[in-house]
Amino acid sequence: MLIEAGDIDALARGCAVLGTGGGGDVTTEALVARQAIEQHGPVRVVTLADLHDDDIVMPVGGIGAPSVSAEKIGSGAEVEFLRTIVEGVLDQRVGALMAGEIGGGNGLYPIAAAARMGLPLVDGDAIGRAFPEVHMVSMHVAGLLPEFIVVADERRNSVVIRPIDGEWGELLARAVTEVFGGSAAMADYVMPVSRARGAIIEGTVSQALRIGRSVQSVSDPVAALVDAVDAVKLIEGKVTDVERRTAGGFVRGSVVVEGYGPDAGRLVRVEIQNENLVVLEDGVVLASVPDLITLVDSHSADAVATEVVRYGQRVAILAFPCAPIWRTPRGIEIAGPRAFGYDFDYTPMEVSRVVRA
Amino acid sequence: MSSGLDLRLGIDVGGTHTDAVILDRTNTVIAKTKQPTSLDVTSGVRAAIAAVIGQPGIDKGRISHVMLGTTHATNAVLERRRLHSVAVLRVGAPSSVAVRPLFGWPADLVAAIGDHYTIVAGGYEYDGREIVPFDAEATRAFFTSVKGKVEAVAISAVFSPMFAVHELAAADIAREVLGADIIVSLSHEIGSLGLLARENATVLNAALTEVAREVATALTTSLHEYGIDASVLYAQNDGTLMALDYAVRFPILTIGSGPANSIRGAAFLTGLNDALVADVGGTSTDFGMLVNGFPRESTAAVDIGGVNTNFRMPDILAIALGGGTVVRQTATGVDLGPDSVGYRLPEEGLCFGGITPTVTDAAVQGGRAVIGTVPVPDEHNEALTSALVVVDSMIAEAVDRMKLGKGDIPMIVVGGGSVLIPDSIPGVSKVLRPEHYDVANAIGAAIAQVSGRWDEVVSLAPGRAEVIEAACAQARARAIEAGADSEKIEIVEIDEIPLAYLTHPVARITVKAVGPLGRL
Repeated sequence: MLIEAGDIDALARGCAVLGTGGGGDVTTEALVARQAIEQHGPVRVVTLADLHDDDIVMPVGGIGAPSVSAEKIGSGAEVEFLRTIVEGVLDQRVGALMAGEIGGGNGLYPIAAAARMGLPLVDGDAIGRAFPEVHMVSMHVAGLLPEFIVVADERRNSVVIRPIDGEWGELLARAVTEVFGGSAAMADYVMPVSRARGAIIEGTVSQALRIGRSVQSVSDPVAALVDAVDAVKLIEGKVTDVERRTAGGFVRGSVVVEGYGPDAGRLVRVEIQNENLVVLEDGVVLASVPDLITLVDSHSADAVATEVVRYGQRVAILAFPCAPIWRTPRGIEIAGPRAFGYDFDYTPMEVSRVVRA
Repeated sequence: MSSGLDLRLGIDVGGTHTDAVILDRTNTVIAKTKQPTSLDVTSGVRAAIAAVIGQPGIDKGRISHVMLGTTHATNAVLERRRLHSVAVLRVGAPSSVAVRPLFGWPADLVAAIGDHYTIVAGGYEYDGREIVPFDAEATRAFFTSVKGKVEAVAISAVFSPMFAVHELAAADIAREVLGADIIVSLSHEIGSLGLLARENATVLNAALTEVAREVATALTTSLHEYGIDASVLYAQNDGTLMALDYAVRFPILTIGSGPANSIRGAAFLTGLNDALVADVGGTSTDFGMLVNGFPRESTAAVDIGGVNTNFRMPDILAIALGGGTVVRQTATGVDLGPDSVGYRLPEEGLCFGGITPTVTDAAVQGGRAVIGTVPVPDEHNEALTSALVVVDSMIAEAVDRMKLGKGDIPMIVVGGGSVLIPDSIPGVSKVLRPEHYDVANAIGAAIAQVSGRWDEVVSLAPGRAEVIEAACAQARARAIEAGADSEKIEIVEIDEIPLAYLTHPVARITVKAVGPLGRL
């Protein structure tokens, strides 16, 4: 499969939906990707099966504050630079790039670099959605260690971090990012294809494209999106309350949606921490992390980010299943409700739904 | 103020009509007119001035200020006409190179302004460190290369809204190379954070300078011809005014002034500071929110002529419902618009003896309005009754979308088509229909104040209160610079947006200060 300039709009819309309310803005990254493809040609998307066992996969993404990266846009050459450092550390060539996080702007992040360097892009990522913390990745669930993390800036400064675990990796990478000016490029969990198998979430680039294409030129984009991702529409209604505050570097709060039409009389609350974490109705959990929860505009099915959701917006709340790796005991431990401070156990959204019915 | 110089002339150029009003020192409307907006815009303005000063009892010699709200700039961008060719310089390399200037612009607009751009080294971090030193040599080389090809220059640098030094240095070089008279637009004077959108607005601003100069010349010439010796001010999109020389430098700020004026006019006419405002025209209705006496600003990116910008604009919800909106009977009910008979309502509407059922006819038939020359024929009763139900639900939905809180709020209705709006709307405590509702936007221009705005990303480490106080001082200073009376400036808006994903508390602070005009 090739990603051409004309595919970027659909991919960006899909990444926004998979951003589950967070993941950063896709607009700038979409422009970056389009310019690179127009200049250097399309990007080849491959599956792990298309690669050799010892080919090196380099996951990449942007780290830092989205409001900084909207002002200080990258050079476009950061990933190339990360690659030279990674190849120096490993003494091996990088064979393919991958998005560290498919949700939000980071889902588009490797496209430009893949076009520039002529490297294939792995159809997959390390989250299958967006999560707020660096260690909330499938490789961590799979028990892999981030042997080293490379953080680089547009000036070609770089730091190679060798943390003892994912949490330390997060702390150190953030500290470095701040010195770099609040936004930086990062590669972590660089690994051969043999280790990536089972440790990454495959198919998420195609999924994002499928989502984006499903809502283009159809009469009922929300229904089309529900079909495309096997989602459940938890409610359709109007946002009647939004509460946001910042704590520990994260935006936390909640959004209340009051149903209309067939959902009239229902009141549903979404709790957020950068991303949408939990959906509640009358104290009952309808869906929670690690399953995906996305608010979409009820007309266009465009994802509505937690930073811009506001009173009066007409939205549908969609929930769809996370990748199976997140439903393993370790996956739930790392990114289930308790990992975000909730005092209840994870129930897969399909089960919640059956119980409720 | 001397008793001989106590009148203000407000002019608003809209899509259909150019309105003018004269207000006395107590802000009482003593003359008003509505004239058709002409194709060239300027002759409509002249006609409106002539009509309003020609009314009995008006001593034009007493006019001290003329306030103009105009669509000239908007039209020039939409029609790609009379735009300057612009040299676009970005200071930020090695950052920001991943998206070049003008990328994603419509090709015809790029052709209209030339395709001259480059990115040179420089720019700042959010904390005030230089990303890298500014490359003066590359800047000089770029301006030398475009000499003779451009009429204006647009300069943007990374984080310039907080640290403008590199933009100012680049501007000096532009004037040195291209001549002291070259038009220079600097992004830190135009937009807030968000490099690409701010740069886009800066480029459009530079391109619009010619149009702005023409309008300014035409207006001052007309005023001179009519013997009006007054200070000229322009309405801008946040409902405040800027001086003529400022408007010539920042024409982009006039885009969106129409809705802002009608919201401010509605506030003035009712004395309310917080309300929903509906401006009902012939083809569409604009809903806006009046918050603390000013239009609520949009948080979403604003697209002008296919270009994404982030400069401040009133948060407007426009729906295709106006006095001339056509009503059609269908198998299942009625369809409304989106087409409208527009200014032909007095010929085509049923209540004027025409043959096209319109929303105005529905209002007449439903007893909301007494308009027209003949009774609405009974054969249309069913369709018109159904139409009114649709009208009410469209209005109710729009009201609901605009409101930010749950409680009922008052709604002020202005504009020529305001009879459409029912007296009872869900979520609305009461509907106010002030006198002179039909020229609310020209009144909004005439009573407007001047403003100053400050926008920065700042560490809250020195203490939140201290940081906000410093930002307020900056906003006040800018308001005074724009002509406000330093004694009467008020802070009307403080916005604090915490930045996520950083380890220490950093926030983006936006402050707006406004005050009445000082002595000119």
